[in-house]
Amino acid sequence: MTDFPWLSTLAAIPLVGSVAVAALPKGRDLLAKQLALAISLVVLVVTVLMSLQFDPDAKAMFQFSEVHPWIPQFGVSYALGVDGIALVLIALAAVLTPVCILASWHDVDDTRRSVKGYFALLLLLETFMVGVFAATDVFLFYILFEAMLVPMYFIIGSYGGAQRSYAAVKFLLYSLFGGLLMLAAVIGLFVVSDGGEKAFLFQNMLNLDFTPATEKLLFVGFFTAFAIKAPLWPVHTWLPDAAAEAPPGGAVLLVGVLDKVGTFGMLRFCLPLFPDASRWATPVVITLCVIGVIYGALLAIGQTDMKRLIAYTSISHFGFIALGIFAMTTQGQSGSTLYMVNHGFSTAALFLIVGFLISRRGSRLIADYGGVQRVAPMLAGTFLVAGLSSLALPGLSTFVSEFLVLVGTFTRYQAAAIIATGGIILASIYILLMYQRTMTGQPTEGTRLLRDLTAREAWVVAPLLAVIIGLGFYPKPVLDVINPAVERTMQQIGQTDPKPVVPVAEGTRK
Amino acid sequence: MPTTFASQSVQGAAATGVFSLSWLLIALPLFGAAVLILGGRRTDRFGHLLGTAMPAASFVIGLVQFFALLGRDAEDRAVSQHLYSWISVGSFQVDAGLLVDQLSMCFVLLITGVGTLIHIYSIGYMAHDTERRRFFGYLNLFVAAMLLLVLADSYLVLYVGWEGVGLASYLLIGFWNHVPEYAAAAKKAFVANRVGDFGLSVAIMIMFWQLGTVSFAGVFGAADRASEAALTAIGLMLLLAACGKSAQFPLQSWLGDAMAGPTPVSALIHAATMVTAGVYLIIRSAPVFEGAPDAQLVVVIVGAITLLFGAIIGTAKDDIKKALAASTMSQIGYMILAAGLGPVGYAFAIFHLLTHGFFKAGMFLGAGSVMHGMNDQVDMRRFGGLSSVMKVTWFTFLLGWLAIIGFPGLSGFWSKDKIIEAAFVGDGWRPWVFGIAALIGAGVTAFYMTRLFLMTFHGERRWTEDVHPHESPAVMTVPLVVLAIGSAFLGLLLGPTGAIQHWLEPVVGSHGEQTTALPVSVLTTLTVLLVAVGIGLAWSMYLRRPVPATAPVGTALTRAARRDLYQDAVNESLLMRPGQYLTRSLVYFDNRGVDGAVNGVAALIGGTSGRFRRLQTGFVRSYALSMLVGAAVLVGIMLLVGV
Repeated sequence: MTDFPWLSTLAAIPLVGSVAVAALPKGRDLLAKQLALAISLVVLVVTVLMSLQFDPDAKAMFQFSEVHPWIPQFGVSYALGVDGIALVLIALAAVLTPVCILASWHDVDDTRRSVKGYFALLLLLETFMVGVFAATDVFLFYILFEAMLVPMYFIIGSYGGAQRSYAAVKFLLYSLFGGLLMLAAVIGLFVVSDGGEKAFLFQNMLNLDFTPATEKLLFVGFFTAFAIKAPLWPVHTWLPDAAAEAPPGGAVLLVGVLDKVGTFGMLRFCLPLFPDASRWATPVVITLCVIGVIYGALLAIGQTDMKRLIAYTSISHFGFIALGIFAMTTQGQSGSTLYMVNHGFSTAALFLIVGFLISRRGSRLIADYGGVQRVAPMLAGTFLVAGLSSLALPGLSTFVSEFLVLVGTFTRYQAAAIIATGGIILASIYILLMYQRTMTGQPTEGTRLLRDLTAREAWVVAPLLAVIIGLGFYPKPVLDVINPAVERTMQQIGQTDPKPVVPVAEGTRK
Repeated sequence: MPTTFASQSVQGAAATGVFSLSWLLIALPLFGAAVLILGGRRTDRFGHLLGTAMPAASFVIGLVQFFALLGRDAEDRAVSQHLYSWISVGSFQVDAGLLVDQLSMCFVLLITGVGTLIHIYSIGYMAHDTERRRFFGYLNLFVAAMLLLVLADSYLVLYVGWEGVGLASYLLIGFWNHVPEYAAAAKKAFVANRVGDFGLSVAIMIMFWQLGTVSFAGVFGAADRASEAALTAIGLMLLLAACGKSAQFPLQSWLGDAMAGPTPVSALIHAATMVTAGVYLIIRSAPVFEGAPDAQLVVVIVGAITLLFGAIIGTAKDDIKKALAASTMSQIGYMILAAGLGPVGYAFAIFHLLTHGFFKAGMFLGAGSVMHGMNDQVDMRRFGGLSSVMKVTWFTFLLGWLAIIGFPGLSGFWSKDKIIEAAFVGDGWRPWVFGIAALIGAGVTAFYMTRLFLMTFHGERRWTEDVHPHESPAVMTVPLVVLAIGSAFLGLLLGPTGAIQHWLEPVVGSHGEQTTALPVSVLTTLTVLLVAVGIGLAWSMYLRRPVPATAPVGTALTRAARRDLYQDAVNESLLMRPGQYLTRSLVYFDNRGVDGAVNGVAALIGGTSGRFRRLQTGFVRSYALSMLVGAAVLVGIMLLVGV
């Protein structure tokens, strides 16, 4: 089975599915939903089958590789392949897509837009999500990086809240701006490369011979695009609007998966392609990350809109992720990769449960809620668990990744790690304040009759919480996949972990 | 100070026999919690029984293990159980592992023993609450987390238990969170604890950075090779953690509010067990603190401040639970002080922790019994004369009261007086400052506890008209009796026999004969005298004179104590209000400043000065085009600079 084109298959199924859903006759909305869910579940099954074939300790950098010439004149190939980092992110997308489809069942029923269109867009998005993480040709990556914008633009712009046009345009403009900087850098990279029909292959782009100035410029091009995508402070302001206006399912895929392309790109492209420039930029990047951690958390505390609040918590979390990546230690980078996965599940749970709440009451404002725990205990309980995962309670998966990031940062940058650790205090405030205001107290006029979770909604939330708790106590299966890939990245950038200050005597280390 | 400090034998022998069941200690109550929380209404019928059976089963396992340990040589009483590899990245290796040794065994028996009694009591206390099952689910979650905290064999696994008990505490303080104040109290407790957890996080990071490991065995093995600066930093961060969890100065403000939880919660979590976790942490980390005398000094200072702070607050509170909470804070101050003294104090800190666990839990449950008979009133000015109608509650409370004030022969006399003696050990100014603080504290304790006791059970009946006090059912009074017996005799059993010191010596080290700044006989006499003065004062003020139903205005000190020495006012003006101001201005800044600037740049690049807000979809193409041009220019520049 090693020659089976797993990744092309994985990308093609939702693409075909998307076309099929879109082609359904009008008025068959239920069928469209069922078909979309079935297809996304098939993708999930194929992903599981593929993951079982994956060998974490394989010699080759990428597995399930497929390389075909595409535009040989410009050195562009259709090249796919995954390492452990890409694999866990594809798995994240494969899990979240069916969850979001199920969660969005009635979300667009009342809009005047096409219902089947929404589900077709979600599937199309899945194709691009798989592709962007699997692309091992820099140009192909760029194409998919930009292509992702299209379905998301329509998801926000057509199916979003009251301010959807503004949010969608803002999202698109920010992304296009970053993308064009990246395009410039991609072209620049081609100019300095050795050329040839496979010039854009990731492996062929490693160890290029740059002048320092060029390397820095190219780094900045890539990094800016990724920083906007992630997003890092201070180019984050599109996210609260986009995430708040997007329908809940779209918000999950946007913040949970799409934004990860930014931090994934830093780890996959910025560091290995431009190791010297990365080291040169590290002080600035670390500073931005630490500011982002604290700034995002403070802004989250000050929000009055639940979806914007979650968006700002994500800005804080993206600060952590990028911090771990640029700490350039194995703990930091493995922690960041795991963080990307965990944050996907955690934010998904938060956005979806808040979405359920909003669908009942018709308001995103915290002030419109109160006493929900008395009338809808399951909704409140799952919301609390999701919130606790956002504040990285030990025992939940997010703690493992957040602590790895912090400890991995601490061994190099103590001050940065200590300030970022302050984020855990702020996190407890933004989550518990929101819980206190919405869920506790006496039910208000508007919440007295709220329904508790329906069976469908419970099925949406249960797998997410199960993963969050399961990976909290036993993160090994995921870490085992991530670790070898991170070690390879560390080699590519010529970094080794700092040794303990006090040498450990033989035999006492546990 | 000549001390022979035995290095901790924390790298215990592999677990066999009954010790291979250590994981069950935690798993049983965790299972109970899972069933009761996930099972929903279906488990209402038997929830309280299952919830009580789980900690009881853990207690049995703990007892069996305890006797198995007794049968071993003192050096072989540490047993490790490796469960699985939890986190493994590069050289950062943390296993899920448990350590049963003399120190953790003390806690296991306290948590499961006292815990089971409190579960039994709760069956009666919560009988009329429609959510009793959920209450037991949370209590079980607490017991599981607390056991994990004391059984962990590394700091990171300890951390899981550490925040786990914080979560349980949050859930239980806010158990009646439909009352807005209670919900706020729960959040306050969690956030204050998170400030402490920040310390624990940083401490663990320093350990890994400096020593390359976070397991007890690894850290303690390498501690003597670490620099004093590193150990001091670790020690101070651990102390911060302890201050959060154990409500020590300056993170003490949450404990009084935490009394919002049902009274059994106050007894179990906020008196007997969770709030003593800070003491455990410091004593467990003895090898770190032994190399950091400055950190130890700060520990002692924090303990001394808190023991006086709590005692002063306790003198002015009219709410019986808040008075007891202040007392808890003060008593833990004693333990922290002892823990900072080093080997001379470790065993006595644990000793006092155990006796306090009994008498304070007993008194809290007694207070709950009083509230049960008094329509949940808590104002002692509305109590009085209850001794005749609640005989069992009165008598068990009497023993608790005598125990805490250190009445000769009862538990507190053995444990607290030993701490006072230990505080007087040493040279220079320290024994005088800390010893006298501990001594004064004993006198104040006698005053406020006598006040509390007399106002509640004696004097004239000041009841409101709607109450008809009655004794509680047996399911509540039997645990009271058991705890009262412990309050009376546990000290006698462990103190004068030297049993507790002997038992703990392999873990916490031993110390030779110590000379106190004043002879021990003088100290004992002084303590008893001060206690007598405290009792006498309280007697003359609260029994001989009538107690007014509304509190008199009082002196400036009384007013300050009533308001918790202005702790909330200070936090509010130093942290909360500036924080709110900062948050608000940042929200404004983010909308107008950052967003505005970026929008401005975008507008500039797009070549239009129009407000971004008014953008229509039609503009996108022109923006895209102009950015493409911009990108082309960039490429051109790059080519020019010599790519």
